[in-house]
Amino acid sequence: MTTSSVSKGCFVFKPDLKKRKRTVDIGKERFSICRSLWEKIKTDTEILQDELNKKILDSLLEFIKKCTSSFQCRSDEWSCLMRASEIPTAALVLGVNVPDHDMTFQSLSDLLQESVTPFAVSVQAKECSGMPKSNLMQKLLERLMGVRVTEEEYEEDPSLSGVPLQQKRVSCSIGALCQWYKAVTNVRKHIKFSPGKYCSLENDVLQCPPIVVIFKDFEAFNPHVLQDFIFICSRYIQELPLLLVFGIATSPCTIQHMLPHSVSSLLCIELFQSLSCTQHLATVIDKLILTAEFPFKLSGKVLQVLVNIFLYHDFSVRNFVKGLQLALLEHFHSQPLSVLCCKKKHALLNAQKLSHQHLEMLRQLPSFMRYVEAQEPQEQVQLLTSDKYVKEVCQKLLKDIRKYHKNYYCILRCLSSLTSSLPKYPLGKHIRELHMSCLERNIWETNEYESAIQLLRLLAKDELVATLKKCADILKPCKTKKMNSVLQQLEDYIVKLEHLDSKFITLLEMKGSRRTKKMTPFEMLKNEALDFIDCFVRSHLSPPELQPLHEVCYYSSSGFLRQHLNATPRTSIQTALSQPFYYLQNENLKTDAGTVSSSAPDICIVYKLHLECGRLINLYDWLEAYATVVSGAEGKDPDSEEYGKVDELKHARFIKAVSELEFLGFVKSTKQKTDHVARLTWGGC
Amino acid sequence: MPAVLQCPGYPEAKLRCLAESLQCREVQASTLLALMGEPQQYSYPSVFIYGHRATGKSHVVLALLTELELPHAAMSCVECFSRGLLFEQVLMALFGPEAAALLPRCASFSDFVRVYRQMCAQEPADQTRYIVLERAELLRNMEANLLPGLLRLQELVDDNVTVILLSEIVWDKFRPSTGCFEPLLLHFPDYTKAELQQILSRHSHPSYTPELYSSYINILLGVFYSVCRDLRELRHLAALNFTKFCEPLEKGEAQESDTHKLWRRVEPHLKRAMQTVYLREVSSVQWEQQQMDEKEATALRGLSAHAHVELPYYSKFLLIAAYLASYNPARTDRRFFLKHHGKIKKTNFLKKHEKTSNHLLGPKPFPLDRLLAIFYSVVDSRVAPTASIFSQISSLVTLQLLTHIGHDDQLDTPKYKCAVSLDFIFAISRTVNFDIVRYLYDFL
Repeated sequence: MTTSSVSKGCFVFKPDLKKRKRTVDIGKERFSICRSLWEKIKTDTEILQDELNKKILDSLLEFIKKCTSSFQCRSDEWSCLMRASEIPTAALVLGVNVPDHDMTFQSLSDLLQESVTPFAVSVQAKECSGMPKSNLMQKLLERLMGVRVTEEEYEEDPSLSGVPLQQKRVSCSIGALCQWYKAVTNVRKHIKFSPGKYCSLENDVLQCPPIVVIFKDFEAFNPHVLQDFIFICSRYIQELPLLLVFGIATSPCTIQHMLPHSVSSLLCIELFQSLSCTQHLATVIDKLILTAEFPFKLSGKVLQVLVNIFLYHDFSVRNFVKGLQLALLEHFHSQPLSVLCCKKKHALLNAQKLSHQHLEMLRQLPSFMRYVEAQEPQEQVQLLTSDKYVKEVCQKLLKDIRKYHKNYYCILRCLSSLTSSLPKYPLGKHIRELHMSCLERNIWETNEYESAIQLLRLLAKDELVATLKKCADILKPCKTKKMNSVLQQLEDYIVKLEHLDSKFITLLEMKGSRRTKKMTPFEMLKNEALDFIDCFVRSHLSPPELQPLHEVCYYSSSGFLRQHLNATPRTSIQTALSQPFYYLQNENLKTDAGTVSSSAPDICIVYKLHLECGRLINLYDWLEAYATVVSGAEGKDPDSEEYGKVDELKHARFIKAVSELEFLGFVKSTKQKTDHVARLTWGGC
Repeated sequence: MPAVLQCPGYPEAKLRCLAESLQCREVQASTLLALMGEPQQYSYPSVFIYGHRATGKSHVVLALLTELELPHAAMSCVECFSRGLLFEQVLMALFGPEAAALLPRCASFSDFVRVYRQMCAQEPADQTRYIVLERAELLRNMEANLLPGLLRLQELVDDNVTVILLSEIVWDKFRPSTGCFEPLLLHFPDYTKAELQQILSRHSHPSYTPELYSSYINILLGVFYSVCRDLRELRHLAALNFTKFCEPLEKGEAQESDTHKLWRRVEPHLKRAMQTVYLREVSSVQWEQQQMDEKEATALRGLSAHAHVELPYYSKFLLIAAYLASYNPARTDRRFFLKHHGKIKKTNFLKKHEKTSNHLLGPKPFPLDRLLAIFYSVVDSRVAPTASIFSQISSLVTLQLLTHIGHDDQLDTPKYKCAVSLDFIFAISRTVNFDIVRYLYDFL
């Protein structure tokens, strides 16, 4: 579009209204589907996390409550008097997946606030760096007193409104905390008698709630700070019900490494071990990926990328879910037909609403084209011409793919339960491995499947019956017709196998049969059952690529995910330096591989030239070469005297480029030769 | 018969009472009393008391000061981590909160002296004032003028004041290079076994005879005296295990006089306690719980039993590479990680100092690029140098499996040390099927 204006202003071109409306509608629809799916993922994972942490958090709460009550009834009993008063400490071992810990600590402090004490503080190592000791203490006092004082319920109380003023004078020491605590608990005792929100709390907890200090990342703390802190606390433990929680990422031994005996003898440490992160991942995959409920799917390669990042790099479930989120966003962003990737009713409705443009896109889908080719010629014509007919077919195909998914996951679980107890795990120990190989190819054509079936044939009768029963249990909740019939047949086999028992197979008979190579009834039945299993695996576990319209719900660009989740800074720098066109997108910079145009940025030219040098680079030679290249860009005549001459400007540009290269870590100055720099990378280009 | 403390100027009854509570420390207490002199007399400006943990230093000093009702300020230097806090607490204790309020923010020592003098002019001392500083070794880390100043505080404020420093370290480690006023030194020796026995037996259980308790303490000391002389800890252990000792008596299986039988019952129990609850492998609450449940030894696993650490795959290899870089001399890398390294015999290319085991010398620092070079050669697949590999290195540092050498600000060629033990690295390399022994120079 052009304007007749001569000024270099900005002009707004409103697009054609009709066109815009339609695309916006579809875009909005996609966006809202994407958002609702993400919300679901988020809430589901949070619920999962809470469930998984429930056990450990409950036992931790139990411990804290027990300690609190023991603070209360510190009697004059002999043993209590004689025992050194230790600070109750919970060592919470959470595993090395540090990014996941935040959620756990969040729910822990929520739980504490809810049911035990309002005085729960968490501190992180990085907040307490700098002036070490005072910082930790300051953070602690700030969080405890600051929060309490600003809370409204105490504001009308004159005895407490003086507290914040006083705090400003009293510098941060535990002594000050002690005074403050006494003041607050006194007020609480008064409040106790007025009926209010504290009725639900237990009486003793109400009277003197403990002060819980949570060290989120124990390993990262400065040991001296911790030692001194514990030492100070132990001096006040008689007056102040303090409780420590250490969030440990490695192993409880670190406590002994960081604290000498003189300090650890002040603690009464109890250990709480959380679930391992691999188990956590397994549940997340089970709930989010291995389910027909959730319309968005990952292809085998994408799942592989996400799982690999988890296993090889960080062990972090949170990052795994973030990766899933990225895949979800990218799918809905890049695939216009993803509007069909939602709940069944919704999807059918959306299919009805598809525009001609989208239907064309649908016809272009490879899976749909394959489907069309498989149809009768008459039908083919109709599919390619009639939009209405395509919509109908599309709805049917969507229903089919839904059914396929329902059956797929049931059978997948069945097969996994059958094979997961086999020796050496031919099909993988975890269900996700089996899932990934099923996504990739026809599982029944692999050698692993072959050997798994062979191993199943070797099972004794009771083992076989047990595994088949497990299978049947898995199939029971599946509601589809096909699954019901499979279940029916499976149960028949189980009954038959159990029935065999009464027929009394003697050992002798078996021996005899082996010699004559004649199969016993048990073997015959077993083979029949396994053939049946093989048959339903073949019919239901075909890879999704064969399903028409699979592109709608499967996200498959693993390269994109890998590039974004597992960034390679060095490769990007090298690409930027050797192929400036890649990032700058300037036509002038387009060159053949391995060469750099002379109009490229200075640093690219300098980089290219430095690749041709050895370990030590003579700066003057380098400058000369640079000047020659740059002169070429200026369009000077190669024969003139000026060509390749170093003037001040070029000199300055060269020096700037070299120092940029030094900043990026490719060269550094060396003491061996003053007019040389050392190259820090090795190898050719 | 305890020696009677004698000092003119103090009431007899109180002294007798003190002598009761300061058992086995009569000598030190009477020396201190002699130093203090009568309440109104000037005392020596500074006294330095040292001795091991739980040898009664603070107890004796504080008991004397509180029982004789002398004006004093007692604080621990751990708690007063800044000098401002220290001054504030001293003034608060000696003159009340108004005095502390006079201190400016970030008070210097001269501010303190000025305020002290001012307050002192208002309330001149009729008795010696005492300032007691526990864990005085921490004063050395504060401002350089603080310790010398405190030592001659009497002179500076022109008041009858004495500073008593308590520490576990000898005075020689305190003396500043610029010289200072020498305090009087007073040593508190460790309690002997007999003294420990005497002190511990004083707090007998109310429902049992003192003789029984005394014999129990005797058994306890027999087990623990060789490892622990800390009075506080011993008393704690005595309290924890006493119920077990009395168990046969409760059940009627033994008489109080059957000391041998009781000893036989409780001794293995105490030995187990030495390995678990004393080292805080098992918490005292858990220990008592276990005693009550009578489940023996099997149920509880100590802290160090959970030594296993799960790490991501590449982190394991990074750690292995770091271990190799730390314990192999850099010159030997060619031999281990190059395919055609030729024959290099150990004896030929050894330098003299490398003949001792590297494991005895401890880990050596190595630069980042050496770590990565070894990493790429030990890991079995091709790994792209991604950002997460580098971030794994820094998370290994925060997990304290590696340590960063030098200052944090140094971005150029960072150096690391591997901080894990041989057993740990064996366990790690076993999980990834890596035979680390073949790559360790010490095990060639």
